[in-house]
Amino acid sequence: MSPSSYVTVRNGARGSWHPLKAVVIPFFEWFGELGLFCGRLARVAVTPPFEFGELIRQMDSIGSMSLPLVALAGAAIGVVLSLQTRDSLARFGAASMLLMVIIFTLIKESGPVITGLVMSGRVGAGIGAELGSMQVTEQIDAMEASAVDPYRYLVATRVLACVLMLPLLTLAADCAGILMGWVSQTLVEPISLRQFIASGLKDVMFSDFFPPTLKTTVFGLIIGVVACFQGMRTRGGTEGVGKAATSSVVLSSLFIILADVVLVRLILVLYP
Amino acid sequence: MEASRQPGVEDQEHEAPIVVRGLQKAFGSQRVLNGVDLSARKGETVAVLGRSGTGKSVLLKLLIALEQPDAGSIRIRGQEITALERGELNRLRIRMGFLFQQGALYDSLTVGQNVEFPLRRHAKLSDAERRRKVQDLLSQVGMERDSGKMPSQISGGMQKRVGLARALALEPEILLLDEPTAGLDPITATEIGRLILELQEKRKITCIVVTHDIHGAKTFCDRMVFLEEGRVSLDGTFEELKKSRNSFLIEFLRDAA
Repeated sequence: MSPSSYVTVRNGARGSWHPLKAVVIPFFEWFGELGLFCGRLARVAVTPPFEFGELIRQMDSIGSMSLPLVALAGAAIGVVLSLQTRDSLARFGAASMLLMVIIFTLIKESGPVITGLVMSGRVGAGIGAELGSMQVTEQIDAMEASAVDPYRYLVATRVLACVLMLPLLTLAADCAGILMGWVSQTLVEPISLRQFIASGLKDVMFSDFFPPTLKTTVFGLIIGVVACFQGMRTRGGTEGVGKAATSSVVLSSLFIILADVVLVRLILVLYP
Repeated sequence: MEASRQPGVEDQEHEAPIVVRGLQKAFGSQRVLNGVDLSARKGETVAVLGRSGTGKSVLLKLLIALEQPDAGSIRIRGQEITALERGELNRLRIRMGFLFQQGALYDSLTVGQNVEFPLRRHAKLSDAERRRKVQDLLSQVGMERDSGKMPSQISGGMQKRVGLARALALEPEILLLDEPTAGLDPITATEIGRLILELQEKRKITCIVVTHDIHGAKTFCDRMVFLEEGRVSLDGTFEELKKSRNSFLIEFLRDAA
């Protein structure tokens, strides 16, 4: 190979590497920064002083304020399940299974996942935008300058509030879904609520209810960590705040769906 | 006894509260500070002047470790802050007050709660004492009637005054002020200047003030430094700076006038 062709090949290789580098390096940088963020978060979460006042405020903001939205989403899923499943089961001659299918689907998968996705929209965007706006207006710097660790005061409290509130909100979504599933069912084929629940819960075991509800703590962790991380690394004014809010929702929703795959498999292994 | 003497203690007591040597800071390829030397004695107020974008605000943030320098030394009360752990750094920050250019008030808290924020965390005061202290601080900056308002309900100048009250909450020994009089009406700006002078006289606060208000700085600053191309090009009193033949400074003083 002549020297000139060698140079051409090298330049060509470098030229094709550059666009790839622009994607690959930020990708690994993002995960590296996330790792450092999680390390610092873990350190402040387990060492005093604890910000109980701010934690309670966040639990109220994340939990109570999201209750109507989550309950409404759960109720809608209950109605849809009842409407959709009735025809399908009747076609296969399994109409008697309807109540059980509605309740099983709600508590095992739909309730937890819908709660996670709804919360990633409401809370993820809220936290991302709030912390992002605090970052670009130097409020986080002001907190550090006041000798208050923003990771302890802002991040740990929000992440912990998400982790604690998600299972409770999932219960609310499950209850609303079951209730509206019954309403939908009773309009077609009258049945008392007591009978509906008794028939539906007849074969439900501890492993059908507890692990799927508890897995939403992982969803809460994902929403809290991703939203706080995206918020804390916001740069570039209002445009940056918008990006932080959007990326918080997109990434936390994506990670919730991916985590669900792993968690469902894990639950099946632990509770065969 | 010489052997039992703790190394550096005497030096720390006599050292100026703020000593900066060879400070360098770059953001990407843009070098902002390129070997800044600066010091401030106890009770001294030093104005940092310079054109926009010369790294004055970055210098203040470096002094309270909100930014990390690329090279150089920053000694605050005898401690090299670039080498401090978070806990030690926070103990030092409690003795410092920082006023941000835009006030940087917490927008989810009221004006009173903003001023109360550092007191709640670092001062051992009863609720009544804390409330009284907040009212005292707000009255010092003429904001005592706005304690219950949210930051969004007050003007930018008022936010800056509340920011100053918050910076003074823990009775700092060192005060770092980023444009304290910018955006204020002349009367309030004079009052803020008077407050800085009062703090200097009564409490011997060491103060670094980043400002473009050369006339204000003339009244409340002992000394002025002029930042140019990432370095301190001139250091002296206003009269000394006026006599300088530095073309940048002559232009700066003429435009400021």
